[in-house]
Amino acid sequence: MSDTRPTLSPIAPEQAPEGRGFFTRYFRVYAALWRNSVSREMIFKANFLLWIFVEILWFALQLGFIGVLYLHTETIGTWTKWEVVMLIGGSHFVQQVFQALFLINCTNLSEMVRLGKLDFLLVLPVNTRFVVSLRQVDLGAFVNAAFGAAVVVYAAAKLGLSPGIGQIAAFLVLCTAGILIHYSLMFLLASISFWTVRAQGIVWGYYNLFQVARMPDEAFRGLFRAFFTFAIPMLLVSNVPVRVLADKITSPASAGLMLGMTAACFLVSEWVWRTSLRRYTSASS
Amino acid sequence: MLPAPFAEVRTCKKLRGGLVWPKQMRKYRHVLGIGLQQSLTYRLNFLARALFGLIPLFAIISVWRTIYAGKDGVQVGTYTLAQMISYYLLTLVVDALTAVNEDDWQIAADIRDGNISQFLLKPMDYLWYRFALFTAGRVGYMAVAILPITLFILSLKSHFVLPANWETLGWFACSVVMTAMLQFFISYALAMLAFWVLEVSTFIFIVFAFEYIASGHLFPIDILPHGLQSVLMLTPFPYQLYFPVSIYMGKTAGADLARGLLIQLGWVVLAYAAARWAWRRGIKHYSAVGG
Repeated sequence: MSDTRPTLSPIAPEQAPEGRGFFTRYFRVYAALWRNSVSREMIFKANFLLWIFVEILWFALQLGFIGVLYLHTETIGTWTKWEVVMLIGGSHFVQQVFQALFLINCTNLSEMVRLGKLDFLLVLPVNTRFVVSLRQVDLGAFVNAAFGAAVVVYAAAKLGLSPGIGQIAAFLVLCTAGILIHYSLMFLLASISFWTVRAQGIVWGYYNLFQVARMPDEAFRGLFRAFFTFAIPMLLVSNVPVRVLADKITSPASAGLMLGMTAACFLVSEWVWRTSLRRYTSASS
Repeated sequence: MLPAPFAEVRTCKKLRGGLVWPKQMRKYRHVLGIGLQQSLTYRLNFLARALFGLIPLFAIISVWRTIYAGKDGVQVGTYTLAQMISYYLLTLVVDALTAVNEDDWQIAADIRDGNISQFLLKPMDYLWYRFALFTAGRVGYMAVAILPITLFILSLKSHFVLPANWETLGWFACSVVMTAMLQFFISYALAMLAFWVLEVSTFIFIVFAFEYIASGHLFPIDILPHGLQSVLMLTPFPYQLYFPVSIYMGKTAGADLARGLLIQLGWVVLAYAAARWAWRRGIKHYSAVGG
């Protein structure tokens, strides 16, 4: 067989460069996961719509809270009302995209470990972290992310901003970094489930930290601020992209710091994941 | 040696023939004991929840501090900075004592999975059974959360105001008990939706959203514009958190206090009636799944 190969057409898949085959393969796997998620969501259509409504309600509630705060003050630090609205919108956008792609998968990991269902994913001929992290897609969260984006645009109009293409691109890149920070940290916590069956409480505990991410960074000082900047970079996740968009960035260093922290969080989570996976013993059977 | 609840069941048999009421109560006391053991199994989860819960609270307090710093110490509504911080610390305490944890999900799941069938046969009332479990859950949670909460309050103690007198503290305690009952009965009534729909969590979250803002979780509702505030006071929500805290802080006193406590009692009775009514309607509609 092998002698006949060179006579085949040069675009035969066997001869495609290794990198491209790798990416098309993963792209096709991911497309299949998407199709699965869509049909799953469409089983309970009413429920799907109701969840979107619930999220909108809670988003409106946060905006209402900001409205009440600004009845009683002009600024929080240097942040004005519409800047904070933009921050809430931006953090909602980041959080919802994270939720769409990763949240269910991170929270499901502890159940999969406990029940031994991880076996099925381990034997698949794809990277296990890839399939564990991206197995289900929460489509409703994309709708909510769009609402977050709409609030950012509206607040930008209220602030009279006219960001250039570069600024918008930087905003989107930094939002992606924010999503990756959320994902890396939550995946790291989910990896704890290899060590204790009670990891789910910890994973949901992380959910509370989203509330820190949508507060203006200037409200915090000292240890709390240092911790949530350099250890768990919640105060970078949405503050930095929104600052870039709102012309509030004090120095490009904070954007650099955020990208550095993203890489650091991802590498640490990969290391913890690999270390933890070695402890996996499956469930008794 | 028998585990405590079994030992209790045994001693209880020896005490046959007591008063009617205490005997009725006794079985629920066992449920309480079992529930307490169950909830303490999850003590690590409780601790994680209590600790993580402090972070957003601290964030909100930090935001208020920044706002006060920008205003050079001027009051917000009727609140000084210390009063504002105390408000949030008290919501933390009242919430730990009275918030429904997973009871509503569990009740809904019991109905959906057909587990309530056994209660139609047993001489035990499902509502009081769940109430005993709810109480046990709160006691268990407090047992674990009291340490982080106390440390958190102590770390902010220069901003923590004490009640004016013992009487205020007493009325606060009364109101907290009614708050817990109100929380439970409302959740119970809502969970009864599971008789008609498969998935109740969205409905519970919608109500919870209104409750969250109107009960004063996010901010004291008397910093709202006057009109909005008086509309909110017509709903049961402020009596689920804001009202007891306002008693403690001396914002509700005298005739207002008496009237408020009566209104709160009224809501408790109404929520109880709604819970009973929904159950009776639900049972008529009920066909056990799975047996």
